[in-house]
Amino acid sequence: MTFTEKFNAFKTILIKEYLRFIRIWIQTILPPAITTALYFVIFGNLIGSQISDIDGYRYMDYIVPGLILMAVITNAYANVVSSFYSAKFQKSIEELLVSPTPNYLILAGFVSGGVARGIIVGIVVTLVAMYFSSFEIHSFTLSLSVFVLTAILFSLAGFINAVYANSFDDITIIPTFVLTPLTYLGGIFYSIDMLPEFWQKLSLINPILYMINSFRYGLLGVSDTDIVTALFIIILFIAGLFSYALFLLNKGIGIKQ
Amino acid sequence: MKALKINNLKKCYKNGTDALKGVDLEVDEGDFFALLGPNGAGKSTTIGIISGLVNKTSGKIQIFDQDIDLDPATAKSYIGLVPQEFNFNQFEPVQEILINQAGYYGIDRATASQRAETYLRQLELWDKRHVMARQLSGGMKRRLMIARALIHQPRLLILDEPTAGVDIEIRRSMWDFLRTINQQGTTIILTTHYLEKPRACARTLPLLITASPLNTPACANYSPSSIWKPLCSISITIIITYPSPFPAVNYASLMTRPWKLTSKTQTVLIRYSKHYLITIFRF
Repeated sequence: MTFTEKFNAFKTILIKEYLRFIRIWIQTILPPAITTALYFVIFGNLIGSQISDIDGYRYMDYIVPGLILMAVITNAYANVVSSFYSAKFQKSIEELLVSPTPNYLILAGFVSGGVARGIIVGIVVTLVAMYFSSFEIHSFTLSLSVFVLTAILFSLAGFINAVYANSFDDITIIPTFVLTPLTYLGGIFYSIDMLPEFWQKLSLINPILYMINSFRYGLLGVSDTDIVTALFIIILFIAGLFSYALFLLNKGIGIKQ
Repeated sequence: MKALKINNLKKCYKNGTDALKGVDLEVDEGDFFALLGPNGAGKSTTIGIISGLVNKTSGKIQIFDQDIDLDPATAKSYIGLVPQEFNFNQFEPVQEILINQAGYYGIDRATASQRAETYLRQLELWDKRHVMARQLSGGMKRRLMIARALIHQPRLLILDEPTAGVDIEIRRSMWDFLRTINQQGTTIILTTHYLEKPRACARTLPLLITASPLNTPACANYSPSSIWKPLCSISITIIITYPSPFPAVNYASLMTRPWKLTSKTQTVLIRYSKHYLITIFRF
C-alpha cells in the first residue's frame, strides 16, 4: 500500500469509530457529563464545603483534574474494548483482517477512536467542571499532553482486554475490578499526603496516581508526585502496551484460528 | 498466470484436528472454479487461510504469483471474499459498510461512494443504501456481502457457500451475476454443496471430500455415482497419488462408469491421510 492508501485506511477506521460513538451519544457522551455534575454537587458542593482546602485549593477545585481524567480513562477504555470486542463478536473484524491494511494501522485506528471519545468526553466534563469551579490553567501544554497520553494508554489497555475477551462479561471484569478501584485510589478525591505512610507508599505503585497528579499539576500547579517521573511512567506504559497489542494482532490471538 | 497456487497446505488446529493435510491446488486466471464437498471437508479452512483469516500450519500459497507470507498486502489486495457467515456490522447502514470496506483497501471516500452506488445498483440494493444491515433479508445480506467483496475490484473473488439460505430466484440471479463478472475477467472460486448450479457455471469443478471412513452418512451423499451421474458426458482421468486405504470398490465404480476416461482432460487427484480423504477432480 502507498502512503496515501494507508492514510485512507487509517482515516476510514477513525471515521468509523467516531461515527459509532457519536451515533449513540446518549449512551457515550451524556452519561459522563451527568455523573460528573453529580460528583460536583455531592462531593464538591455538599460534602466538599465541610472539607478544608487542600494544597491551597478549595476541595471543589482540587477534585476537578481527577474527575476530568477519570472520565477520559473510563471512556477511552470503554470505547476500544466495546468496539473491538463487538467487531470480534459480529465477526466484522474480518473485514479488516482480509484487507491489506497493516496491523499497526488497525491498532492505531481503534486507539485513535478511543482517544477521540476520551477527548470529546473530557471536553464535555471540563465544561461541566467550569460551571461548578473556577480555576486558571497552570500549564496548558502539560495538561493537554497528559490528557492525550492517558487516553492513548487506556485505549491500548482496552484493546488488549478486547483481544482476550470471549464474552461480554469479560469486557466488564477489568473495568469493574481493576480500573475503577485503581482510579478511585489514584488520588482523585484526596492528596496521598493525607494517608498514613504505609498507604502513601502503596499508592505509589498505582500508575493512575501519576497520571492524575501530573494532570493536576498541569491544571492547578500542585502534585503529589514528580512530573518527569510521571510522564516517563505514562510513556513507558504506552510503549509496552502498544508493543504487546501489536504482538497479539500479528499473532492473530483471539481473532484468528 | 495462475490466480491461485497452493502447495502442500496443512492446517492442524489446537485441539489436534488435522483439517488439511497437504492440499495442492492451482486455479488459472479467469477460471470459474467450484470446490465441492460436504461440511467438514476443509473448504472453509482452505479459503480462510488464503484470505488471511486462519493461520496455516505449513505450506505455500501464491495469489497471482504473490506469496501471502512474503507480500501479504499485495496478495490480499487481489482477493475479494464472500464468507459463509454474515460478518458485517449489523448496526451500520448498507452504503457505509461498502465505503468503509473500500477504505480498508486504501480507496478514497469519493471513489468508494461511486463504486458503492455501482455495485448496490447492480445487486438491486440501492434503495436499501441507508437501511441498517440487520434490517435486510437473508438474500439481501448475501448480496451485500458480494457487493462488499467487489468494492475494491479484486482479480480473484472467493465465495464460501454463497447461496446458503437463499431462495431459488435470488440464487439464479446471483449465479447470473457471477457468470457476468467472470466473463469480464474476474477469476472466481466458490465452495458449495449444491451441485446443480456450479455444474452449469463452472469450468473447473474440483471435489473436496473428507471421510473417515468412507461409509459415513456425509460421505455416502457424495458417493461417486451421485455426484457424477449428472456429469456423464464429461471425460475424466484419474491419478491416485497415494493408495487409498478404503475399499477399492468406491473408485473402481467411479472408473467403470460409462463415461470415457481420456488423457485429454485434466486431473482427478485423490489423496488420503490418516483421518480424511481429499479428492480433487478437475476437468
